[in-house]
Amino acid sequence: MLPGWLIVGASFAYLLLLFAVAYFGDRRADAGRSVIDNPWVFSLSLAVYCTAWTYFGSVGRAASGGPWFLPTYLGPTLGLTLAWLVVLKMIRIARSYRVTSIADFVASRYGKSHLLGGLVTLIAVVGIVPYIALQLKAISSGYALLVGEHDTLFRIESQAGWWQDGTLYIALALAAFTVLFGTRHLDTTERHEGMVAAIAFESVVKLLAFLAVGIYVTYWLYDGFGDLYARASAVPELQRLLAFDGAGRLGYGGWFAHVLLAMLSIIFLPRQFQIAVVENVNEQHLRRATWVFPAYLLAINIFVIPVAIGGLLHFGSGTVDPDTFVLTLPLAHGQNALALLVFIGGLSAATGMVIVEAIALSTMVCNDLVMPMLLRSRRLDLARERDLTGLLLGIRRGAIVVLLLLGYLYFRLAGEAYALVSIGLISFAAVAQFAPVVIGGMYWRGGTREGALAGLLAGFAVWVYTLLLPSFAKSGWLDPGFLEHGVLGLGWLKPEQLFGLTGLDNISHALFWSLLANIGCYVGVSMLRVPTGPEATQGALFVDVFRRGDAPPASFWRTGAEAGELVPLVARFLGQRRTEEAFGAYARSHGLQQVSELKADPELVHFAETLLAGAIGSASARVMVSTVVQAEPLGLGEVMDILDEASQVRAYSHKLEEKSRALEAATAELRAANEQLKELDRLKDDFMSSVTHELRTPLTSIRALSEMMLDDPDIDVEDRQRFLGIIVSETVRLSRLVNQVLDMAKIESGHAEWHNTDIDLCELVRHSGDATLQLFRDRGAELHLHLPESVPTLRADHDRLLQVMLNLLSNAAKFVPTGSGRVDVTLSCDGERFRVAVKDNGPGIEPAQQPVVFEKFRQGGDERSRPQGTGLGLPISRQIVEHFGGRLWLESVPGEGATFSFELPLKSAAGEG
Amino acid sequence: MRKGLAGQRLVAVFIAGLVLLNYPILSLFDRPQTVFGLPLLHVYLFSVWLALILVVAWIAEHGAR
Repeated sequence: MLPGWLIVGASFAYLLLLFAVAYFGDRRADAGRSVIDNPWVFSLSLAVYCTAWTYFGSVGRAASGGPWFLPTYLGPTLGLTLAWLVVLKMIRIARSYRVTSIADFVASRYGKSHLLGGLVTLIAVVGIVPYIALQLKAISSGYALLVGEHDTLFRIESQAGWWQDGTLYIALALAAFTVLFGTRHLDTTERHEGMVAAIAFESVVKLLAFLAVGIYVTYWLYDGFGDLYARASAVPELQRLLAFDGAGRLGYGGWFAHVLLAMLSIIFLPRQFQIAVVENVNEQHLRRATWVFPAYLLAINIFVIPVAIGGLLHFGSGTVDPDTFVLTLPLAHGQNALALLVFIGGLSAATGMVIVEAIALSTMVCNDLVMPMLLRSRRLDLARERDLTGLLLGIRRGAIVVLLLLGYLYFRLAGEAYALVSIGLISFAAVAQFAPVVIGGMYWRGGTREGALAGLLAGFAVWVYTLLLPSFAKSGWLDPGFLEHGVLGLGWLKPEQLFGLTGLDNISHALFWSLLANIGCYVGVSMLRVPTGPEATQGALFVDVFRRGDAPPASFWRTGAEAGELVPLVARFLGQRRTEEAFGAYARSHGLQQVSELKADPELVHFAETLLAGAIGSASARVMVSTVVQAEPLGLGEVMDILDEASQVRAYSHKLEEKSRALEAATAELRAANEQLKELDRLKDDFMSSVTHELRTPLTSIRALSEMMLDDPDIDVEDRQRFLGIIVSETVRLSRLVNQVLDMAKIESGHAEWHNTDIDLCELVRHSGDATLQLFRDRGAELHLHLPESVPTLRADHDRLLQVMLNLLSNAAKFVPTGSGRVDVTLSCDGERFRVAVKDNGPGIEPAQQPVVFEKFRQGGDERSRPQGTGLGLPISRQIVEHFGGRLWLESVPGEGATFSFELPLKSAAGEG
Repeated sequence: MRKGLAGQRLVAVFIAGLVLLNYPILSLFDRPQTVFGLPLLHVYLFSVWLALILVVAWIAEHGAR
């Protein structure tokens, strides 16, 4: 037995030592020589995972279930093998976007939602406060045990008034420590170097203390492992400890569930997130922690089973609570100093947990519960307050004190109740609910705010129903009837056998149902709609954090702010000096001398928002920034930018769409070209058949007449002369046809030769008139030329234009009535273009026939009345006129003659060439 | 190291650990035998645990070179 003053003195001396370490850590940090910038210190600080619950409780669990205390440590070992993949990503995300708590992480990921941050905070507080109470209880019971009032650790008899309760003062001292080193100043990264140094120190203390008692029991009281195991196997009651299912636990499914639970809690317990992610100085430290921390866990657990066996052998089962063996064994052998050391070790385990948890929770409560409410309340006009750093620190300090007092209150109220003793794993199950939304948020872009809300709510509700309420019922605070019969007597609603599921222990059972509901709702609800702009942006930022490098993300802010407004805004929350330092560094990194030279571009606004996010949480930071920055409506281009950035997949699909559109366009072009080719092919076939037809007609008559003359040598000379005349004229026609076809082909293929000279059109028209004069005389028709005095010269191919004129005139001559025909040729020039019109008084052309006359081999009129001709004259003429940039057309009223006109521009590309 | 071989190795170790420390492999060692006077199950659990730590340590520190 030890005197109370010694224990209290030692405890407070230890706390003072802790203060000294933390103070030293902070001093070194201020001096720029960080003690925690070291992978070993980081690994040790992670050991805040080992609380008083595991420090005392492991032996208790080993004493009742053999190896069943191990999943709590095997899980973190397995979890940390993946840390280099998962936790590193969290660290990078937290660093890039100044995430300072797990609530902020979730809120920020799903579109900076206040509601989500608040919900996560609520779950964390509900799950963790009883856990804090458990730590206080361990200290209190340990003290009682040492002074000899009780023989069990987890039992309290409170005859004394609350003011005499040392636990209250322990709680207050811890609150003071946490306030001093956890909220010394506001920092955008929320790092607390002194506190981390103290935690690492505490990890060493508790490891040494436990190893001391372990070695004492194993090698002092007994003769090593072999001796203890040999003695244990001799006692029938202890044999069960050596086998897997000895204590009647529920099988391998429960084992797996416990491993999984511990694996999740190593990341998602608020204190672990705080130490591993927020307080991480250098992400390379994580590399060593992946094996040093599991090695620490292995070391602190080697002697658990020997101590449990030793305690059971010494005390027998049922007399002394196995949870107290680490204290009662030394005490029973009169080793008071060792017992005091073990107590200090337990104290360090408890205080380490309480301090970190209180800091993590107070950050959450401040940033994700209180600040959003303050920002919303109109009464407190935050935008007008000058300096809010004091308010922020005040909220955090208040939150820490309130949390510790809540823990103390729960400890006083719960006392020996089951709800307190079993809270360790129940807490783990509560924070495991964060796993789907956090891990999903880091690897899946599709998660939405509603999905995260639904998942968290569903998981939390199932957790409350299957774990928290039963623990209350077992403590006697609720009617335990609903455990047996289910709510309203519905058997399938029994909280520990939901839907009749049996075969699992209550933790595994609750973990299965809550995670099923959680993941189901998260994924299911998320898939109801596509993520909105902010969700997609944040999703891309989180998922692609490794790929982004340091590129500033697309921002929803557009101008509208002055740098002069942003700096005071940030200063209100961070303090003037720190703000000026931060903005000064930003300005220098952009090559500017002064903060005042900064322009409020989206990048600066984003920088300010990130700074604020470190102090007041991402969701509140967005609200505050929006008070000075008007989010101007985004243009289509910017929205596209954001969407592009928001999702690489969308960018890819966008590119794909563009490509497929281009392909479609190309296909359409190809199809059109193909149609054209088919049409040309058809035209060519028509042309070929027309040409052969036209060639055959004269050939037939030539052949027939020649054969007649060959067969009948007696044919008289007159007939012979007539036949020969026909043959000659048909031959002429044939060669003309061939020439024209060749001509046509040349012009169409672009291979025709053009001999351009300066032409006087008057002269050309007159020439053509002279050339066809005989033709008109033969038909008894008159030709009238209407020519201006003089016209500018035209650069073109003289022979080709003459060919056009001759063709038009000979056509006119063919169609005018015999004897009374009259053809008028008019030449005019308006300064830009010449116009030549050839008007006849023939029968005219039906409107339906008018377009046809320009097609090859398609002469107007019906087959019989049509005069001789090849049907190529007009198409060739049109080609020639069009070559010189002009046009050839026909106006005609049936019965009143026809007018063929063509226009030629004074200057044309073809003419110049 | 992140995207490279070490990351794959860590995932492989994780899967191996998950398999070795759970049913059904675990049940193979739940028998009343002793190794140097220690129960087989306990020796197995702690040995696998130690082996995991050593392998991870090798991967983590080796990758740093």
